[in-house]
Amino acid sequence: MLKISNLQARVESKEILRGINLEIKPGEVHAIMGPNGSGKSTLASVLAGREDYEVTGGTVEFNGKDLLELAPEERAAEGIFLAFQYPVEIPGVTTINFLKTAINQIRKYHEKDPLDAAQFLKLMKDKAKSVKIDDQLLRRSLNEGFSGGEKKRNEIFQMAMLEPSLGILDETDSGLDIDALKIVADGVNQLRSKDRSFIVVTHYQRLLDYIVPDFVHVLYKGKIVKSGTKELALELEEKGYDWIKAEADALEASMV
Amino acid sequence: MSFPNIQAQYEAEFENIQKNLNGKSDSSFNKIRRSAFEKYKSLGLPSVKNEDWKYSNLKGLEKISVSFPKASNFDSSIFKSLPLSDLEGISLCFVNGIFQTELSHIEESSKIKVMSLDQALEQNPEIIEKYYGKSLDLEKESVSALNVALASTGSVIIIPDNSTLDQAVIIKNISDVNSGDISNNIHNLIVIGKNAEVKVVEIFQTVGEHAAISNLVTEIFVDEDARADYYKIQDENDKSYHLGTTQVIQAAKSYFYAATVTINGGFVRNNLNLVLDGEHIESHMFGLYIPNGKQHIDNHTLVDHRKPNCESNELYKGVLMDSSNGVFNGKIFVREDAQKTNAYQNCRNVITSDNASMNSKPQLEIWADDVKCSHGTTTGKLNDEAIFYMQSRGIPKPEAIRLQLVAFAEDVVSQIKIEKLRDMLDVLIENKLT
Ligand SMILES: Nc1ncnc2c1ncn2[C@@H]1O[C@H](COP(=O)(O)OP(=O)(O)OP(=O)(O)O)[C@@H](O)[C@H]1O
Ligand SMILES: [Mg+2]
Repeated sequence: MLKISNLQARVESKEILRGINLEIKPGEVHAIMGPNGSGKSTLASVLAGREDYEVTGGTVEFNGKDLLELAPEERAAEGIFLAFQYPVEIPGVTTINFLKTAINQIRKYHEKDPLDAAQFLKLMKDKAKSVKIDDQLLRRSLNEGFSGGEKKRNEIFQMAMLEPSLGILDETDSGLDIDALKIVADGVNQLRSKDRSFIVVTHYQRLLDYIVPDFVHVLYKGKIVKSGTKELALELEEKGYDWIKAEADALEASMV
Repeated sequence: MSFPNIQAQYEAEFENIQKNLNGKSDSSFNKIRRSAFEKYKSLGLPSVKNEDWKYSNLKGLEKISVSFPKASNFDSSIFKSLPLSDLEGISLCFVNGIFQTELSHIEESSKIKVMSLDQALEQNPEIIEKYYGKSLDLEKESVSALNVALASTGSVIIIPDNSTLDQAVIIKNISDVNSGDISNNIHNLIVIGKNAEVKVVEIFQTVGEHAAISNLVTEIFVDEDARADYYKIQDENDKSYHLGTTQVIQAAKSYFYAATVTINGGFVRNNLNLVLDGEHIESHMFGLYIPNGKQHIDNHTLVDHRKPNCESNELYKGVLMDSSNGVFNGKIFVREDAQKTNAYQNCRNVITSDNASMNSKPQLEIWADDVKCSHGTTTGKLNDEAIFYMQSRGIPKPEAIRLQLVAFAEDVVSQIKIEKLRDMLDVLIENKLT
């Protein structure tokens, strides 16, 4: 489904991604962990098509297409969804209106007729229930004045509405209370299927108790320096990153 | 003289009017006109050296050769298909200043008296004598003085005491510039009696590609306990000039609400001056301008708090595209007497192009000590993060921008209390912001 090969990216003159390799097959869940500033959000943003990041090398193939050639909205239409670490507030545009536009633009991309008001409302009601999000919240301006947890839950709601084939969750668990964490994890688990994959960026093993990953990767200084199964997350929880950093730094030193 | 060519044309027109007065040159009305013309002549049209016209240069007027319409026949069907034509209410429609019976809708009613300026001069000269030009400061405002001297058309609307009008009163001024440049001098009088209530909509439109210069003065007298909504809607071509002053005098306990929405216009100057001449007055001013191309839209507002315990509230918003210019100048005077004044002003702008510009300036003069005043102006670009966020959900960039701009404008449009007008403006705004 997704094949990232030797991906390099920079912002202004700073190199942030320095050769990422990652392959994700349909139905898999990959967790990405790693210290602050290692490039996790950058990777997520580059996959979603943010223009601030300049891709300086490597390729990304998504369902047979060259992802890097597509505009952000085309990537979304092709099935990529990024749940933002910091969802943006958009005054004056309600979540409902926003999602209706999004869904119908994606349908248009696939040459399908738009949903009518009744179809859309039904879909919205069903999905709102599945992530236990309040109707009232959806009538307000998108994310404006939402609490941290409400913003994160709204991201998962949007993901449920758009039914992407690859969901990228960037620290969706941070700022959530225990109950909200379960609801969000439930929302993701309901969406898991044999052809839908996830990249879950997190700092906490706790989330991975609920969303059990097939693989765990550690990103450090713009590279994936260690990969393993869910046991790796437990090991990180216990030992921290120092041992991995030491290994990676030693390897880097030996190469120059 | 800063603008010799256009001023010579105005002078010729004034002499022309004086020649054709048929023995009425000594009427009190004509005395008002003559004195106004003298004031205009001593001041001349304002140049950019005049602080109030610093950002709005009238030099483009020099290139225009105007005709002052007298009478003509129009094929009214073209005007029926203009936007906003379906707005319902008591309506007066003027094409190039000439009243169009077929396009107007006037009902006999004890709740309202509607006349053209000409009719009022014939039938109720005492009204003209009492109100015409009375709210204006012609010593300072040469454009208004010119209007008073030359006005050849206008509406006079009287709402008697205690009369509540449910229907909107619509004054529509269309400039037909298919066959040449036109100058219109329009003077409206709106007199709202004690405890009366009315909604007035002024619409300015052009048909054709030549230039129209509209000089508008609307004087509104809002008596005690009266409530008035005033909408000024502008949708004129890129060659048009609109020089307008709406002067409002509010008596105690009255309520006045204004919304000025400029969809299109080449060069627009709107003065909105409110005099709060009594206690417990409430005033609201909303404005929206969305220029593109090389359009220039200038809004000057003035709120003069003269008495205690009044509240004024102001919100102007602009979306500036392409190479357009916007100007906002908001004056608030709080006189020594006007204790316990609440005055709020806010002007917010979004610029969508590096070539567009906005000059906004609040001007507060506060002489009383127990007042609450706030003001703020912001001008910025749309948030890139927000655009990317929308794109990442499948919304193409132009649509993401449009959605945000429409949402930005909605703060003003949502205040409009005539539902049909609001819906029609939504369509015009959405189309323009595409
Ligand atoms: N727009 C930018 N301008 C300058 N530096 C940037 C920009 N965006 C990211 N960076 C830098 O790139 C590095 C990687 O940032 P990124 O947000 O990808 O880290 P992260 O792994 O997501 O960290 P965290 O765990 O704190 O969320 C950081 O050093 C950050 O300061
Ligand atoms: Mg991050």
